[in-house]
Amino acid sequence: MIEIKDLHKSFAGVKVLNGITLDVKKGEILALIGGSGQGKSVLLKHMAGLIKPDQGQVLVDGKEIAKLRGKTLSQLRRRLGFLFQGGALFDSMTVFDNVAFPLREKTKLGETEIRKRVIHELEQVGLSGEEEKYPTQLSGGMIKRAALVRELIWKPEIMFFDEPTAGLDPIIGQTIMNLIDAIHERFPFTGIIVTHEIPKVFDIVKKVAMLHEGAILKEGSPEEIVSSDDPIVQQFIKGETEGPITYY
Amino acid sequence: MNESPLELIRRLGASFLFVADRVGMMGIFLAKAFLYCFIPPLKVSLILKRIRFIGLQSTLLIILTGAFTGMVLGLQGFYTLNRVGSTAFLGPAVALSIIKEMGPVITGFMVTGRAGSAIAAEIGIMRISEQIDAIELMGLQPFRYLVVPNLLAGIIALPLLTAMFDVVGIFGGYLVGVKLLGVSGGIYFGEMAASVTMDHVLEGLYKSLSFGVIITWVGCYKGYNTGTIGWGAEGVSKATTQSVVLSSVMILVWDYFMTSILF
Repeated sequence: MIEIKDLHKSFAGVKVLNGITLDVKKGEILALIGGSGQGKSVLLKHMAGLIKPDQGQVLVDGKEIAKLRGKTLSQLRRRLGFLFQGGALFDSMTVFDNVAFPLREKTKLGETEIRKRVIHELEQVGLSGEEEKYPTQLSGGMIKRAALVRELIWKPEIMFFDEPTAGLDPIIGQTIMNLIDAIHERFPFTGIIVTHEIPKVFDIVKKVAMLHEGAILKEGSPEEIVSSDDPIVQQFIKGETEGPITYY
Repeated sequence: MNESPLELIRRLGASFLFVADRVGMMGIFLAKAFLYCFIPPLKVSLILKRIRFIGLQSTLLIILTGAFTGMVLGLQGFYTLNRVGSTAFLGPAVALSIIKEMGPVITGFMVTGRAGSAIAAEIGIMRISEQIDAIELMGLQPFRYLVVPNLLAGIIALPLLTAMFDVVGIFGGYLVGVKLLGVSGGIYFGEMAASVTMDHVLEGLYKSLSFGVIITWVGCYKGYNTGTIGWGAEGVSKATTQSVVLSSVMILVWDYFMTSILF
């Protein structure tokens, strides 16, 4: 469903992505792991067409996303969902209006049906009673849950998660991971999760790719990653300060 | 440090290209904004909200500045005209100054400071907190939600605010000229009616319309491109400052061209 071929990207002369090649199949969730500043979020934004590559291609259903314009790009994007690191909730709208926004703008549903669905979905993530609050009145975990509902309420085919648990306590982090897993079971979207949550993320994905110095260092099932004899992979998943990774 | 002539030419060329690029980008931004004004659906509730913000919430400021501008003109005009014994022309002097120039320009400055800066900051914050990316990733066009409502609200609100400024300013001049300094009220308004034509009113109207476009266009453009001129709070602060400075300068430059070419 998503194919990345020899992707390169530099910012101000600094190489961030250095020949990434990766495949994500329909209905599969891929965990993209790697140290900070290794280009995971940049890669994710390439997949969503928010950044254009210097070289290489990102193909979604065989279409090169960087070359799509206007209506074709909008049509493709209407199939995508993106959970931003900070949630990207519209801060001038209440939680209810935020979640209702894609339904109001992208569907022809009536206000009664929208209300019913928003209230139901907010209940599912433990946000009932918070509908009339503004994003600035919510905690980090609540923002992430509200943003998650906003992205998933219209059932996108492809879902990108940019560090969905960053800055949250372990319990809320686990809740978010469980939510992603539960929603994936209800409707099996294709997903890419950028995360540092190891090993939590291994419970909900079938495939993991580790990014290091702008390239895919190791790709495989969670078991293959855990049992990898690559010292960089081992140092990273164990969180050790001593080892070949020196940028910390 | 001595620079070779070639290096100087290269730097001049680079600066010219940079400015040309920015002007081109701004032009494309405005063309795109106008294009979306004509492609439905228009977000009417958002347009009304922005009219409320740019127009209604600026009224007190406009009344205050209009009144004092008219009063100062009444005072200055009276003493100048009194020297040549022509205080009868105080009414036309105040009215023409306000309707043709001061009304649109000062209203433009006030709205730039109050609403133009806020538009740039609001959109800038949406840019750095990825809210604009979120709209794009929903397959929606951010211009419909962020730019078009502001642009149309500016076009609607500025002429109305200017008209308010004009009326209040003329009464400010009346208050000082007639009530304080003793010019006859009949003469003040009578001479004004004889001198001010519909063309003068239209001149002010066209100017205020174009200033409405300039203020919202520059505010939206600077906010929308916050990422390209520095991230974070500093980026928003730069966008806001640049928006106010550029709008103010553009209002004066455009005012000159409109006055000299069109009228």
